[in-house]
Amino acid sequence: MNERVQTAFDPRIEGRDVIVTRLDAAVDWVRRNSVWPMPLGLACCGIELMAVGASRFDISRFGAEVMRFSPRQSDLMIVAGTCVYKMAGAVKRLWDQMSHPKWCMAMGACASTGGMYRSYAVVQGVDHFLPVDVYVSGCPPRPEAVLEGLMAIQRKIAQEKALAAMKTGERAGAGWNPVQGPIIVRGEYAPRFKGDWIR
Amino acid sequence: MATQYEMEMIDSASRAQQAMEGELHGEKMIINMGPQHPSTHGVLRLVVELDGEEIVNVWPDVGYLHRGDEKIAENMTYTQFIPYTDRLDYLAPLANNVAYAYAVEKLCGMDVPPRCKYIRVICAELARISSHLLGIGAMAMDIGAMTVFLYGFREREKIYDLCECICGARFTTSYTRIGGLANDMPDDFLPMLRSFLKDFPRTVDEIDKLLTRNKIFIERNRDIGVLSKEDAIDFGATGPNLRGSGLEWDIRKAHPYSSYEDFEFDVPVGTVGDCFDRYLCRMEEMRQSVRILQQAADNMPDGAWNSPDAKILLPEKKATLTKMEELIHHFINVTEGINAPPGEVYFSAENPKGELGFYIVSKGGGAPHRLKIRSPSFVNLQLLPTLAKGHMMSDMVAILGSLDFVMGECDR
Amino acid sequence: MTPVETIERLQLRFGDAIGTPVEFRGEYTVTVSREKIVEVCRYLKSDCAFDMLTDLSGVDNYGDDPRYEVDYLLYSLADRIHLRLKVHVSEDDLTVDSVAGIWRTADWHEREAYDMFGICFRGHPNLKRILMWEGYPHFPLRKDFPLAGIPSELPETAVDAGKVERAPMLGGPFVGGTGTRHAIQREPRHYDTIAEQQEALKNPIKKEPV
Repeated sequence: MNERVQTAFDPRIEGRDVIVTRLDAAVDWVRRNSVWPMPLGLACCGIELMAVGASRFDISRFGAEVMRFSPRQSDLMIVAGTCVYKMAGAVKRLWDQMSHPKWCMAMGACASTGGMYRSYAVVQGVDHFLPVDVYVSGCPPRPEAVLEGLMAIQRKIAQEKALAAMKTGERAGAGWNPVQGPIIVRGEYAPRFKGDWIR
Repeated sequence: MATQYEMEMIDSASRAQQAMEGELHGEKMIINMGPQHPSTHGVLRLVVELDGEEIVNVWPDVGYLHRGDEKIAENMTYTQFIPYTDRLDYLAPLANNVAYAYAVEKLCGMDVPPRCKYIRVICAELARISSHLLGIGAMAMDIGAMTVFLYGFREREKIYDLCECICGARFTTSYTRIGGLANDMPDDFLPMLRSFLKDFPRTVDEIDKLLTRNKIFIERNRDIGVLSKEDAIDFGATGPNLRGSGLEWDIRKAHPYSSYEDFEFDVPVGTVGDCFDRYLCRMEEMRQSVRILQQAADNMPDGAWNSPDAKILLPEKKATLTKMEELIHHFINVTEGINAPPGEVYFSAENPKGELGFYIVSKGGGAPHRLKIRSPSFVNLQLLPTLAKGHMMSDMVAILGSLDFVMGECDR
Repeated sequence: MTPVETIERLQLRFGDAIGTPVEFRGEYTVTVSREKIVEVCRYLKSDCAFDMLTDLSGVDNYGDDPRYEVDYLLYSLADRIHLRLKVHVSEDDLTVDSVAGIWRTADWHEREAYDMFGICFRGHPNLKRILMWEGYPHFPLRKDFPLAGIPSELPETAVDAGKVERAPMLGGPFVGGTGTRHAIQREPRHYDTIAEQQEALKNPIKKEPV
């Protein structure tokens, strides 16, 4: 008797409710759309970071609204502001407390290179002791640039080999890959919002 | 960074005896709050000695944002230092610019035209509103009322738009120059300001409705962190912290600068000196700032916006590019700085956080010999041990919020 | 009471300990001898109603003797006047009596002066560093300390952030180089001719490689 055999792929189901993909891609997709930042608001950039979290620039549409101040619960450390030598130990300790996978964004000129503070007390760039993934320039960077930096981290995460990292317990694929390397975002990047709110 | 603190260790036998006699004392616990903490408003480290929930003592540890501003000032011309003043009290950068410009102008003995003064008043008052919005917002957020913070930020974005209109930068403005301003106020600034002032009182009323009669907010702030008038003066507190304790002293009224004597405004003064009074002072100051802004916008004088002394100010670009003398002035001013006379001055302005003062020791020339920044947050933070003793741990957050300090200014 | 009257009262009472007053831009500065500063401050607070100490700062006049000075800016809330007191402190005996017992706000100001200059305040309740970390071996605001900093050890840090490095000045955009020479020596307008400046710079007060 001729029976219709159900094949593995049923377009009535799999075209609509089931997606087939690699595990790596799925994990990366989940990770990059739910990056929880830890705002290390040290100085003025911290205020712009708060502005990114506020309603006009709204970091939560990128899945990153949950600003966890606890390092154990966050994925992305945003170093926003000048890091002085007295504070450097605390910053390093916080970075060590974050669990993998973790990424670091140096927001602003002071975190990237010490900024305009070339003095005895300021660490000339937080990358002296932290592995930075994205540098966002600006003093302070416009919130749009911070969001661009966040999107750069998302692009970076998209190319990670998540499974391999889970097996070895550390980040593999992206991170210190010299091809991928740290990304630099220009801080004045901004579409203009000219007087919308007046009307 | 380790400090030795003395703790009383009672052995179990005497502890049991004490318990039987009625007074049960536990061991005191020393905990560390910060430098990274959501409620410490920046990088402040507090070492708190607790007896259960009650604060016995607190030692603030500052310096986690000490960037060496004063040493940098000795190596920069007066004009080159202006961007560093932005980043002192980074919640109100325009106010710092105005204070610094007046300090150096006092040293040089020069006066600015009325239009410049009125524009600087507008800058200072916008900065005041901006700073108080964030101060109240952060205080409320730490106590649990998150909405106020976001409403405040919505209004601050409008102020950022105004800043962007007047000088090009949202935030770290560097707008004033020695002897004037970087550029004249553009034409669309005053209409933008007026429409902001039309809508803003509504937000203040909203925040008022949310917080001022809120039972929880009142319970968490009434009679917490009471600062007596004598203590306030002894500790050198200034700004809303001093006025909340009942002393009516505002530099804008006591030593008017920048044509503040032309404006009609009131200075809110508290009675009890607790956190709630300081909060009310800030709310009312915002309303008074709106009054000042309205008057400034209505009575803005025309005319020059820069002092006519070409030796101090950069001459107009057109003239610099075509005439020899202006070119020389421009060159000398930019490379060597203004030629300030030798002497010492102190100028202080009523900043949102308190009295920001610049003590400039000049031995002549373009760079100061010593620039001491009298920072209100540094002085106000000394109040913390006096205010916090005897309260519970969760009151610490309310007290920190009501003191409204910024670490950028405190540590410089 | 005006500042002039206050100074006259001071001179009447303390005689030689008070120097000639200087007036500049409406502000009055008076030099007080180091031994008498606490007495003078106490008198000013109790009898002349200077109830607020607005500011206390140290100044390093490198090349002068005495090298340091401590400036006290007093304010009277009732009369609304400022008065500045100046105490000269020489490098050999870098101590001043503390006024923290008179105005409690002097506590942190004096700690900062100690941290930045090394001026010790006798009788201070808690003279520790406040802006730099405890154990930092230098005094940053001294004129012979370079702006870039001196490499030193950084104690108490988690992992290898353990070294304080010099900031790269790169011949920087700063006026005349880092603050090692006396500020006035750097000023080209201080001299009448270029030859004079070259001559003076042949004997710089102290030269340090940038």
